[in-house]
Amino acid sequence: MANKLIVSPAPHVQTAQSTARIMRDVVIALLPALVVSTVVFGADVLRVTAISVVACVAFEYLIQKFMFRGPLTISNWSAVVTGVLLSFNLPASIPWWIVVIGAFVAIAVAKMTFGGLGKNPFNPALVGRVFLLIAYPVQMTTWPMPVRSEALDALSGATPLAAVKHGIVGPDGLGVQHLLLGNMPGSLGEVATLALLVGFVYLLWRRVITWHIPVTILVTMAVFAFVAALCEGESGAVLWQLPLFHILAGGAMLGAIFMATDYSTSPMTVKGGVIFAVGIGVITMCIRLWGAYPEGMSFAILLMNACVPLINKYVKPKRFGVK
Amino acid sequence: MKTFPMGGVHPSENKLSSAKPIEVLPLPEVVNVPLAQHIGAPAVAKVAKGDKVLAGQLIAEAGSFMSANIHAPVSGTVTAVDLVPNGQGLRQMMITIKREGDEWAEGIDRSETLVRECTLSSQEIIARIKEAGIVGMGGATFPTHVKLSIPAGKKAECVIINGVECEPYLTSDHRMMLEHGEEIVVGVTILMKAVGVERAYIGIENNKPDAIAHLTQIAASYPGVEVVPLKVRYPQGGEKQLIAAVTGRQVPPPPALPIDVGAVVCNVSTTYAVYRAVQKRMPLVERVVTVTGKSLKEPRNLLTRMGTPVATLLEAAGGLPDAVCKVINGGPMMGRAMVDLASPVTKGCSGITVMTGRDAERRTASQCIKCAKCVAACPMGLEPYYLSKMTQKKRWDEVEASMITSCIECGCCQSTCPAYLPLLDWVRLGKQTVMGIIRSRAAAGAPKK
Amino acid sequence: MQVLLFTILTLCALGILSAVILYFVAQKFRVEEDPRIDEVEKMLPGANCGGCGFAGCRGMADALVKQDDISNLFCPVGGGDCMKAIASYLGKAAAEKQPEVATVRCGGTCEKRPRTNEYNGARSCAVAASLYVGETGCAYGCLGFGDCVAACTFDAIRMNPQTGLPEVDPDKCTACGACVKACPKKIIELRKKWPKNRAVYVSCVSKDKGAVVMKACKAGCIGCGKCVKVCSFGAIIVENNLAYIDPQKCKLCRKCVNECPTGAIRLVGMDPLPKEPKTPAAPKAAPAAEKSAAVKSAPVAAKAETVKAAAAAPATEKPAATQTPSKES
Repeated sequence: MANKLIVSPAPHVQTAQSTARIMRDVVIALLPALVVSTVVFGADVLRVTAISVVACVAFEYLIQKFMFRGPLTISNWSAVVTGVLLSFNLPASIPWWIVVIGAFVAIAVAKMTFGGLGKNPFNPALVGRVFLLIAYPVQMTTWPMPVRSEALDALSGATPLAAVKHGIVGPDGLGVQHLLLGNMPGSLGEVATLALLVGFVYLLWRRVITWHIPVTILVTMAVFAFVAALCEGESGAVLWQLPLFHILAGGAMLGAIFMATDYSTSPMTVKGGVIFAVGIGVITMCIRLWGAYPEGMSFAILLMNACVPLINKYVKPKRFGVK
Repeated sequence: MKTFPMGGVHPSENKLSSAKPIEVLPLPEVVNVPLAQHIGAPAVAKVAKGDKVLAGQLIAEAGSFMSANIHAPVSGTVTAVDLVPNGQGLRQMMITIKREGDEWAEGIDRSETLVRECTLSSQEIIARIKEAGIVGMGGATFPTHVKLSIPAGKKAECVIINGVECEPYLTSDHRMMLEHGEEIVVGVTILMKAVGVERAYIGIENNKPDAIAHLTQIAASYPGVEVVPLKVRYPQGGEKQLIAAVTGRQVPPPPALPIDVGAVVCNVSTTYAVYRAVQKRMPLVERVVTVTGKSLKEPRNLLTRMGTPVATLLEAAGGLPDAVCKVINGGPMMGRAMVDLASPVTKGCSGITVMTGRDAERRTASQCIKCAKCVAACPMGLEPYYLSKMTQKKRWDEVEASMITSCIECGCCQSTCPAYLPLLDWVRLGKQTVMGIIRSRAAAGAPKK
Repeated sequence: MQVLLFTILTLCALGILSAVILYFVAQKFRVEEDPRIDEVEKMLPGANCGGCGFAGCRGMADALVKQDDISNLFCPVGGGDCMKAIASYLGKAAAEKQPEVATVRCGGTCEKRPRTNEYNGARSCAVAASLYVGETGCAYGCLGFGDCVAACTFDAIRMNPQTGLPEVDPDKCTACGACVKACPKKIIELRKKWPKNRAVYVSCVSKDKGAVVMKACKAGCIGCGKCVKVCSFGAIIVENNLAYIDPQKCKLCRKCVNECPTGAIRLVGMDPLPKEPKTPAAPKAAPAAEKSAAVKSAPVAAKAETVKAAAAAPATEKPAATQTPSKES
């Protein structure tokens, strides 16, 4: 026999969608938001993002090289995704060393301690962000004003959520157009809602994620805000302004589209994903309306991350032929 | 457009040979006819070395009810009844016949004239099918007479003909429908008579509009026969998926069978073989095999006698390319990779697919990223990632509770995995082990009763 | 200061309260268990390998204490000494078993058994075995993906990258049998462990006919039966084209090793007999061999004798075996 044959069990077809391609697609989906953010806050955005990405990749490389056995996996782009997502959770004015510490916590503590990609129970970028928020509250909540701030002087450096929470402005005080285009103070990634939606469409088109989790989170938040407003006796325009404001402001979009859909920290079934998403929406709104922090997305996602193993255990897919 | 309820994938179709008419492969000089070409007990050889046989003559008799007759595919002399390596290199009992001319046994009508009327009773039809040694030709090789013998207490409600051909590359069923449509529809009416039903559906995927149009036109003059166009989605040709797509009923998990929802499913090639067996007394000694692959010079659909070496078919398609190859008996989703190309074509071989270069080699597996794509792709609603992990940990109780025995081994999970994990390799092993455990448990439990 | 004091006192009070609650809960829900189970578990090696058939040492200890007749229980890791100690502690009769060692019966190295194809599936012997013949032409030989290595909890089996075959470290092997169960080709056998790790065994399990074996592998047993003819102890049988040396009858005389045309009979821990000198071979062998030299002339009657001799052997086996090398050197 001239040919040496290759043998393997069926199937003999493999998808072209590799782990690296998926991660690269997520990075590509995040680019529009990065561009908008750079326009809004200036070159500082690129500085923070670059430091975060480099630090994340470097920590992953070093840990794999010196503490793990087995092949290096930094080429799968997952550390880049974590880096970009972490930077998107930071204000543009943050000192570089805080970014590095955040990257260390995200990669070393939240990801590699559990065995690396696919084994981490909590979203690494969010663990990094929450750690920084608690360790460096001042730097983490000092928001730079947009470069071309016009009608936003009323905010005086507070994010829209904080401004509304503290009664500086009402939910209608900021035009929807400002929220969509990112003309407001906030972290790198949360300001450009429209750009994040573009990324969402891209991810759907590339079949990286499904719509269930993001849409469920946003719908839950809107409904919750609406019901809360009703209970407080609101009426008229506020009834629809408040839900809209809550899904457009803060980290709702960033969290729903990019953080809650993180593969390893979200449930394996669609049904489980919906439960997970409703939980995130409810917890976020509870924190936003009644908690000490103006924003609750990251806490909500981390709390629901903790429930994922339980959801996976009890929410099984519908089996064929079983009623 | 109808389709099955959950999961599934849509790999590139690559139907390279769908426009190639069926051609007759020149008769081979030597054939090796395995005694086990079907699920169940192997057949028992009725000839010995030195015997002269005629084409179509019975050379091995069904070993039990769950078995099938085997006939000589060519005329000539039996040179050996011995162990010969099969496609997987495992040695199997085969009857080797050296061909001399092409003499056929008496009573076989080899003409092309269409015989529509069938006056036989249900029992007579099943007896003729059994006699002709017909098995499921889609790949599962389940003896057809067993399938048509409805167990007591069960009732068939419809016959479903599988013209889906959802496997990428393969086109033999497609060509059969185009070139033998009339015979197939007569075969359908015979099957309806055999199981005593009034309705039959021919399920065809929408990527074969010519076959749908052709059969719809023919079926119009046969009452009760209906062509059902289906959305293109793998594994629609799986028995349970096809039943769900056509009737909307889901077969419960094993040990339930399709007959529990009143369905009897037959492949189109099998239906054609049934027509020939009942109307022409033609045993199952030849079939259409698609020889295909992007690197083959001339992908073809070849009418091949059973027992012909696979290498002969590859030669007819322009020869194996001079590269790293994977030769697959069947399609790329469920076919078995071969190591011995001298091994014969059998009743269940619907195609020979050749993959070369990057297509032939599996990509390096990395770690699971919990993307849940396997869960979404599973047409049986299982969790392949979990079954695979638990099989590796030998947690048999856990995999059994997670319904591993429902797995139809379609390969959707593994083909969709972005980490390139060998999910199905493990799940298949787990399924085999759990089936063994269930069997031994049943064996241990039986005497107590 | 007051705050501090208050804090400390509160914590202490809480601690004491919890302790009291826990004490009563522990009393209430205590499970009465034979304390000897703990003791026996301590005497067992604690490897939890499952070689005894139980899930772990605890299960074995439980069975040892609860069953009156423990002769069917044996811990292959602890061995006879461990079982004797436990039996005397429990006042029961222990099972006696001779020491055994896992033996890999395949000699199809990369060099002797050419690879005919490349396996690309999951790296597991069980998966490959259920798919096809394997990377070589031999349907019986080692597949080389190391299921036995993965099954071993004692790090006693390693894959040799040069040969592509697993190798057992007899000093680490405890004969727990995990590898025997893991091997889908049933290549690994637990065989009697001789002093100094000596061994003679047929390193092949192929039941194929000679010609088929030769085509696939240069080191396979072709079932020629030469070894049977030369064996003075009736220790070798050929069945289904395959020779097997009964470890209970074999006396390590090594005559078969020289006879084997393919080298399928492996000799470990000893030098082979010098080639060719056929007559001096007999007197050189141990006394037991001399006895059986007479056997050849009167086969039937004498065979019974050898069986008896072999049956009587176990008691004297060890000294006899140690004598062999001293005579040689």
